[in-house]
Amino acid sequence: MKFDKDTVARVARLARIATDDAERQQLAGELSSIIEWIDTLGEVDTDEVEPMTGVGAMTLKWRPDEVTDGGVADDITANAPASSEGCFVVRKIVE
Amino acid sequence: MTALTDLTIAGARDLLAAGDVSAVELARAHLAAMERHRDLNAFITETPERALELADASDRRRRNGDAGRLEGIPVAIKDLFCTKGVPTTAGSRILDGFRPFYESTVTASMLREGAVMLGKTNLDEFAMGSSNLTSWYGPAINPWRAPGDGRVRVPGGSSGGSASAVAARMAMAATGTDTGGSIRQPAAFTGTVGLKPTYGRCSRLGIVAFASSLDQAGPLTRTVRDAAIMLGAMAGHDPLDSTSADEPLDDLEDTLEAGVDGMTIGVPEEYRVEGMLEVIDELWQRGIAWLEDAGATVREVSLPHTRFALPAYYIIAPAEASSNLARYDGVRYGLRCEGDDLVSMYERTRAEGFGAEVKRRILIGTYVLSEGYFDAYYLKAQKVRTRIADDFREAWTSVDALLTPTTPSAAFAADSPPDDPVSMYLNDVFTVPASLAGLPGISVPAGLDGDGLPLGLQVIARPFDEARLLRVARTIEEAAGFDTAPRSQT
Repeated sequence: MKFDKDTVARVARLARIATDDAERQQLAGELSSIIEWIDTLGEVDTDEVEPMTGVGAMTLKWRPDEVTDGGVADDITANAPASSEGCFVVRKIVE
Repeated sequence: MTALTDLTIAGARDLLAAGDVSAVELARAHLAAMERHRDLNAFITETPERALELADASDRRRRNGDAGRLEGIPVAIKDLFCTKGVPTTAGSRILDGFRPFYESTVTASMLREGAVMLGKTNLDEFAMGSSNLTSWYGPAINPWRAPGDGRVRVPGGSSGGSASAVAARMAMAATGTDTGGSIRQPAAFTGTVGLKPTYGRCSRLGIVAFASSLDQAGPLTRTVRDAAIMLGAMAGHDPLDSTSADEPLDDLEDTLEAGVDGMTIGVPEEYRVEGMLEVIDELWQRGIAWLEDAGATVREVSLPHTRFALPAYYIIAPAEASSNLARYDGVRYGLRCEGDDLVSMYERTRAEGFGAEVKRRILIGTYVLSEGYFDAYYLKAQKVRTRIADDFREAWTSVDALLTPTTPSAAFAADSPPDDPVSMYLNDVFTVPASLAGLPGISVPAGLDGDGLPLGLQVIARPFDEARLLRVARTIEEAAGFDTAPRSQT
């Protein structure tokens, strides 16, 4: 299997998703079958092919560097699980 | 007179203009239908009070001689569009309680054109799915049943609630979003018209992001003309979305009836996949005959990399999703599950807040972007994407549009969905290639399968050539004479 339980644990840690042992077991099987299926891409010759990073040959537009919005801290924090005086509140991260 | 809920947008527009019906009457009729069909679970949030306010304001504007393109038209909005002050869930527990303080560009444009919002429709969580079974709010249901067995059918996904609402005549039209088939596949499953415009046609600002290089908004309607009217109100350049295209969109209704005489339509040979159901192939052949009868030349074309589109998509879309969904961390909005420290708070919030399919995709995306695997997976998939886009570019040198089936089968039963993730992903085998290439595609209801369930045909066209796309779609619609009223409704 491409994906063993340890790989699931490593990737889940990177993705900041808590998993228990039973979930890791199940995910290992599911993700392995997806990755094996994805591996068929190896059959495509992509030598000297440029990666497609976006759709269409779009040129990004320029605009004046001006402040067009702002001063809405109360609106932005209105949805926060915890907020105080226009700031988001989380547990202390520096001792 | 036709029931108000059976009216098309074009039909309602005439009656409204003539003063034979008011926006308030239309809104009331549709709100009543929503109540009658609550068993379909098509809506996550109903907004009846707001609908009546908007309808009343619309009637007043009309009396003042000021009517927009969707003036007084009752529409449903996929719950992936941020709507000011109205809960926006993306079908996920992690956005529990979230009320945006701004309006998406697409819905703002529709409201400016006079649309009356009825509510927010159900969807697969974060638009990831082909069944609507992954919604935190329970699955939306297809109003169509097979006369033989009466089992509950899925409406497809991810825009399943929108498709169900339009098919069951709870809404005259609805917005959807399509990343790999999320408008076209549910349209095919519910006997409705689903249009995915060219990437960049509609602004993505205020639409909850899934895979940013693929996501595109579009309409679900009961006629091709209504799709043209809706797109006219949804599309447009938005300086706040850097991938929004500054391309003119001509009035699509003007050319809708121009037919296909003199057009060349391609039939991609690689779409005749192994094990294709006979009923799907027959529908496809009928579609070819309809277009030939209408004066088009139909020829086979080759899109050699077709079978690699799905695996490439299942690297690119999860990779972009893993990045986009990193923002759900329990700090700024939605669910928070406390932990011993900040990281465990993140991990618990995301473990509790995301469903199984979303987690699978985040993990796949994180894996293919991680150190040591990036070149082998993500970069490889981007190169394959170039190959797929090149296949289409080559096709456009000899044909004006492509005709394919929309889905490999009709709607499956909700109690027996494909039993592993990869089989479920195969639902999008015919829709994903055009998504990767950023092309416009439309599903038109074209017939019934042996069980009496709807099937769709897909048309694909060149970038920004929605005019030709809709001409072909309109020709199919007319030839098919499909009755969009769901049969065997319980």
